[in-house]
Amino acid sequence: MDIPPKTVRELYRTMVIIRAFEEKVQDLYARGHIPGLAHLYIGEEAIAAGVCANLGDKDYITSTHRGHGHVIAKGALLKPMMAELYGKETGYCKGKGGSMHIADVNLGILGANGIAGGGLPIAVGAGLSCKMKHPGQVAVCFFGDASSNNGTFHESLNFAAVHKLPVVFVCENNGFGISVSQAQHQAIIDISIRAAGYGMPGVTVDGNDVLTVYLAAGEAIDRARRGEGPTLLECKTYRWRGHHEGDPNQGGRYRSKEDIQAWVENCPIKRFEQYLTKNKVMTKKQMQAVWEEVESEINESIEFAEQSPFPPLSEMYQDVLA
Amino acid sequence: MSRIITYAQALNEALAYCMDQDDSVFIMGEDVGRYGGIFQVTAGLQDRFGVDRVMDTPISEAAFVGGAVGAAMTGMRPVVEIMFIDFITVAMDMVVNQMAKMHFMFGGRAKVPMVIRVNIGAGRGTAAQHSQSFHAIFQHIPGIKIAMPSTPHDAKGMLIEAIQDDNPVLFVEHKKMYIDKGEVPEEAYTVPIGKAKVVRPGKDITVVATLNMVAKALTVAEEMAAQGVDMEVIDLRSLCPLDREAVLASVRKTGTLITADEGCHTGNMGAELAALVAEQALDSLQAPIVRVAGPDTPVAFSPPLEQAYIPSEQDIKDAVARVLEYL
Repeated sequence: MDIPPKTVRELYRTMVIIRAFEEKVQDLYARGHIPGLAHLYIGEEAIAAGVCANLGDKDYITSTHRGHGHVIAKGALLKPMMAELYGKETGYCKGKGGSMHIADVNLGILGANGIAGGGLPIAVGAGLSCKMKHPGQVAVCFFGDASSNNGTFHESLNFAAVHKLPVVFVCENNGFGISVSQAQHQAIIDISIRAAGYGMPGVTVDGNDVLTVYLAAGEAIDRARRGEGPTLLECKTYRWRGHHEGDPNQGGRYRSKEDIQAWVENCPIKRFEQYLTKNKVMTKKQMQAVWEEVESEINESIEFAEQSPFPPLSEMYQDVLA
Repeated sequence: MSRIITYAQALNEALAYCMDQDDSVFIMGEDVGRYGGIFQVTAGLQDRFGVDRVMDTPISEAAFVGGAVGAAMTGMRPVVEIMFIDFITVAMDMVVNQMAKMHFMFGGRAKVPMVIRVNIGAGRGTAAQHSQSFHAIFQHIPGIKIAMPSTPHDAKGMLIEAIQDDNPVLFVEHKKMYIDKGEVPEEAYTVPIGKAKVVRPGKDITVVATLNMVAKALTVAEEMAAQGVDMEVIDLRSLCPLDREAVLASVRKTGTLITADEGCHTGNMGAELAALVAEQALDSLQAPIVRVAGPDTPVAFSPPLEQAYIPSEQDIKDAVARVLEYL
């Protein structure tokens, strides 16, 4: 594997930021500091990190309701992000979007999206822009297993394929659409087989293996950059937490503790740490330093969010029209 | 210099002008390419601007409306054609939850400069799923401008304005008007979206109309003038922004309001104007507000039933007669 050590260390750091950020959000949410809904990405970090490590600022992503990991991996800053979760004026969306709508067009983040399957056509549109005006740039669309049953999936993959758009469709198969398991919502195991129906390559990878994700996404993204069209990349993973914070017993009504435990043991970060140690890329001490550094960065973001003001009520009437 | 061309040709000129001026403008839709669009609005544009900029899409409204949202957010100015407004329902998430929300939801950091062209209206024998006039639904969704040009002149000027606008614009045409002819300047110009136009000043009765109801109201106004009734006819031209001041000023002058729009009666544009006047000019009213609208039914296919559906000049005359009882 010819991945530069610098990239490998960055992958690790990105995963750690996402994990630590989400764990902090979990705690802040439980203590009533963060209002609304929080859909945590814990357990799925390898996908956002592995995919986005192949992207530059000029490439685009569309994200989902479970979007914190994607936007962090795409380069979102923690302070305006945390402030947005708090609904504060200094947030990415001036507090008007919240957890499900974090966006920064300048970083190519076309928004997390509260509608399951809502991001797919938007990624197609970004792909159209790239094809018409910015050859070499790509759009990556994150969506879940359950969204692959939405009509937008079919329309978007077909559209992107027939027009050879530079779009990579990354399906994060975490096994559940809220409470409904994959076996209950579709009669297939590998979602990537659907790619054949659109005339594009379909690949399924272990979504908890960051290097595998990185390489598979890299191949699909390079193909898109070369103008050879879209790919459907399915990354199998698992959602450790409930659908949202507040889902009783982390989804205990519809899945067993043993299943959750098995996936917790398959932790993408733990597995990567073993790889890093074994291959002498990073020492335990270096890894510990990353956690500490990240921890303090996140604490700063919390302080920033808590000290920021809420938007004035007049803000409600701004930005309805441009 | 002006010449007489059709409403469809006027729209075509606006599209050609904008595509010529700005290479970020492109067209997507079903059969808009070689076919020229079901009503020939995009005729000849693919030959002139190429297949990438005048793009035939699969029958996938959600994909191409949502695609326009994504393209607009990333620097393009897409113009999409929905063949009949009836078909926009299959792209409703993209219109309501995506297109209309992005600018606000992202704190003003994203812009969605796109146009969705639709047509409304019964009268071509196209039955219940190709004849609806439910444009007023979109008035209920903050974040969408709604343009409704009633003449070839306004069609050209408002479409150029819509394409150059940084907001999403729902551009509502009437399928019976595409062959209407009128004077249209050859050069480019814009007509604002959000400014109603007093097309016939009068002092006795106010009629606020949209699209082809404007011409019907004008015909009635000329007839009534012969009987000594001076009607003021306002072309509303846009549901959002809604030119409340123009409507209120006229109602305060005449003490009356008749609305005329082809959408079915309940919840149509007239309902909003009636509420506006009730809230802000009730003390000016000398007669009940009367709404001329389609009936609360789907559009039937059978020709006599379809004709009975369409709000007519007679319906406007009946409304005027009702108002006159109070004056």
